[in-house]
Amino acid sequence: MYDVVIIGAGITGTVLARDLSAYHLKIAVVEKENDIADGATMANSAIVHTGYDPKPGTMKAKMNVLGARLYPKLCEDLSLHVKTVGAFIAACGEEEEKHLDILAQRADEREIPYRFLSGDEARKEEENLSDGVTKVLDFYTTTVIYPWEAANACMEVAMKNGADLYLNSEVTGIEKNEYGYIIHTVKDDLITRTVVNAAGVCADRIAAMIMGDPGFEIQARRGEYYVLDQDAQPVKHIIFPVPSPVKGKGVLAVPTVYGNTLIGPNSDFIDDPLDNGTSFDGLAYVRQNISKTLKNIPLNRSIRTFAGVRPTCSKHDFIIEEAEGFPGFINAAGIESPGLASAPGISRYIIDELLSKRLILKEDPEAVLTREAPVVLSELSTEERNEMIRKNPAYGKIVCRCEQISEGEIIDCIHRVCGARSVKGVKKRVRPGMGRCQGGFCEPLVVNILARELGISPLEVVLDSEASRILESENRK
Amino acid sequence: MKHYQAIVIGGGSAGLSAAVTLKKNGIEDIVVLEKDCEPGGILEQCIHNGFGLQTFKEQLSGPAYAERYVKMAQELNVEIKLNTMVTELHKDRTVRYVSSAEGDVTISADAVILAVGCYERARGAINITGTRPAGIYTAGQAQRYLNIEGYMVGKKVFILGSGDIGLIMARRMTLEGAKVYGVAEIMPYSNGLPRNIRQCLEDFDIPLYLSHTVTKTFGKDRLEKIELMQVDEKMNPIPGTEQYFDVDTLLLSVGLIPENHLAEDAGIIMDPAIRGPKVDDTYMTSAEGIFACGNGLHVHDLVDFVSLQAARAAEGAAKYLKEHKDRGRAVAVKPGENVGYTVPTCVHPQDACANVEFFFRVRKPMDEAVLEIRSGDQVLRTMKKRKLMPSEMERAVLTAKEIASLKEEVIIAVKEAA
Repeated sequence: MYDVVIIGAGITGTVLARDLSAYHLKIAVVEKENDIADGATMANSAIVHTGYDPKPGTMKAKMNVLGARLYPKLCEDLSLHVKTVGAFIAACGEEEEKHLDILAQRADEREIPYRFLSGDEARKEEENLSDGVTKVLDFYTTTVIYPWEAANACMEVAMKNGADLYLNSEVTGIEKNEYGYIIHTVKDDLITRTVVNAAGVCADRIAAMIMGDPGFEIQARRGEYYVLDQDAQPVKHIIFPVPSPVKGKGVLAVPTVYGNTLIGPNSDFIDDPLDNGTSFDGLAYVRQNISKTLKNIPLNRSIRTFAGVRPTCSKHDFIIEEAEGFPGFINAAGIESPGLASAPGISRYIIDELLSKRLILKEDPEAVLTREAPVVLSELSTEERNEMIRKNPAYGKIVCRCEQISEGEIIDCIHRVCGARSVKGVKKRVRPGMGRCQGGFCEPLVVNILARELGISPLEVVLDSEASRILESENRK
Repeated sequence: MKHYQAIVIGGGSAGLSAAVTLKKNGIEDIVVLEKDCEPGGILEQCIHNGFGLQTFKEQLSGPAYAERYVKMAQELNVEIKLNTMVTELHKDRTVRYVSSAEGDVTISADAVILAVGCYERARGAINITGTRPAGIYTAGQAQRYLNIEGYMVGKKVFILGSGDIGLIMARRMTLEGAKVYGVAEIMPYSNGLPRNIRQCLEDFDIPLYLSHTVTKTFGKDRLEKIELMQVDEKMNPIPGTEQYFDVDTLLLSVGLIPENHLAEDAGIIMDPAIRGPKVDDTYMTSAEGIFACGNGLHVHDLVDFVSLQAARAAEGAAKYLKEHKDRGRAVAVKPGENVGYTVPTCVHPQDACANVEFFFRVRKPMDEAVLEIRSGDQVLRTMKKRKLMPSEMERAVLTAKEIASLKEEVIIAVKEAA
């Protein structure tokens, strides 16, 4: 019997699992996909927003500010990649400049540092800022992270502290009994004292399984992006338009941790929450709207387009509360942007304010909440690299030429706790296929390494989901 | 730091030819750095026939063609370091590489020849919308799975792009029992060699959809369906022309791009028209003593020309190593009407010791045309040309004497006959 079952292994669920693993608790995370971080955490802008944007008095504002403050420690504890790039909110004309003042006032109230720049001053720092930009509000402490790495590191720590992860385990029903809840999945049934529903775009359906009418609805809102090649770096800062109440934060340019640039997203409500396909109109919208704040964006250097689906709540705020009449059943629903930035805050809030009322939280002195980072050969000095290659020659065999990733690093990511089980799982953890050739050269090699290390046939190797086989049949020799 | 007379980066068709030619020109102290576990590069997966007609006057498979050069290299005692990935190149001709055998090593040379090959343009570089399931491959990837690893990627296939690898794979997968539903080409003409259109599509009744493109993919886990649309002259899909094919496999053969990150990171001046380095008549780049050739310089349609060009680059490097002299002023060579690019992009009249052959491609198909090479007011050459295609590389020669007398920049143009 579990003390806590977390439904959903996105950033919310994994950070919570890690934080909870500090206590004497039996924890499980159930996930419908074949890997963690496969929903909204898979495809987003990768920004730790400082918390200036959400309206005062909202849960979003509270969680964002708290979460952003907890990130530096989280990144340090887990040895995460993080880059302070700063965020320019670029206003075009007097109307928009007024909105900057509102944001600055919120930032003052939330003790978030900022500075104002004139359009010309900003263009000196950011040469591709469009000529129509008249004033910029710079939140210079804003960082970008690598969301998959964060979720993966959290899950790894939680599992090392004893948490269980159930992949490919879509929840089919939830029952209340005298001890707590029975979670039925397509595979196992789990009995638990408490439940945290962190199911992203499916959170309303999960809540409805026990509550009937949960009183909120999740609407899937798709955002599409271009990814630009590392050698085309049009911006140094994150560039935002002035946010609009209708279209959210607007179309941004984001310099990522690894030097690629994201251009997007649009914002379209869609019927199927699991449809993360891109669309002609969506990408056209991104192309048109980026030109409001930026010029000379080299979209011809795009190496990939993708779409993510954000869970937007009908109540226009995060819902983080115990379900009325269901003690120990906690909803963490509607976690759209700034969900990534808020995750550590949401986790703390759920533990300190909600679960603490239902469980005895006794710290486990044996628990280790830090993580040693995996070896990244390209980040080592020559001496260190040579030492590693001497000990393990697989570190000297470069598999991904674009990102210079060795076979040793790929093998490591398969055998680590919460390791990769698919080509995409390897890509999310150590990045082969993220570069300009998009796996053209390395994918067949990664397939072979996965097959060998997992002891399966290459025919059984999947791209992502259990049914996404890459090879169809053996060919007669 | 170990020092060589010359380092060749890449052990494929260009690198092997360059290494052999260096040796033949008396440059003994050389090394070839090859990332793969055997020399030959991409030829190793090209098991079809058709290689070597120019070089060896016979039809060879890719591996057999490579084997000829590997043998020559062995006979000349060329040192080839395999499983060796070059990670950095610098203008001072230091080269850093990584291998299991040696670790992280930096070496230097008096000359470096870049023979790094090219990569296939991926889905993200073109506008296909929809889901991103398994079942979408570049043509070369599917070729590797089939010819090297021994696996079919699917049984119901559509191919986007009429590049040669896509056409070859249409035939190959058909012969292995797959159904190829069609090849779509966004341009109004094919991008592959005419012989491949004939032998790979027409002989197997595989339809070629010109002015069409794949606009959308469907399927969550594995590809289930694609949407094909006709495009207008601006290459925008025309609403109402949607067709759907229930396929489990989409191959992309939508262009090859020279693998240029080493040269770019070294600060070598690139030519946006070819996405490779700018080179002079000896194939030297903007960095002294660093040369470039083959598909890493600009994409060729025949391996024979890759070998030929690599040999010229090696001759250029040998000349540089022996003479080390100032070659005087450079005169630019530029593409004119209907020409997309020229290689090389400059010549040295004061050091015009040999004829120079220029490689170029036309921008559009032309039935009847006149090639014109001019310098200032002077027309150096006119030549009638028939059946010009962007997919077929053209060549033209200026003699050493003509080059010696050049004063103004050279324009290579093709004028369409009225």
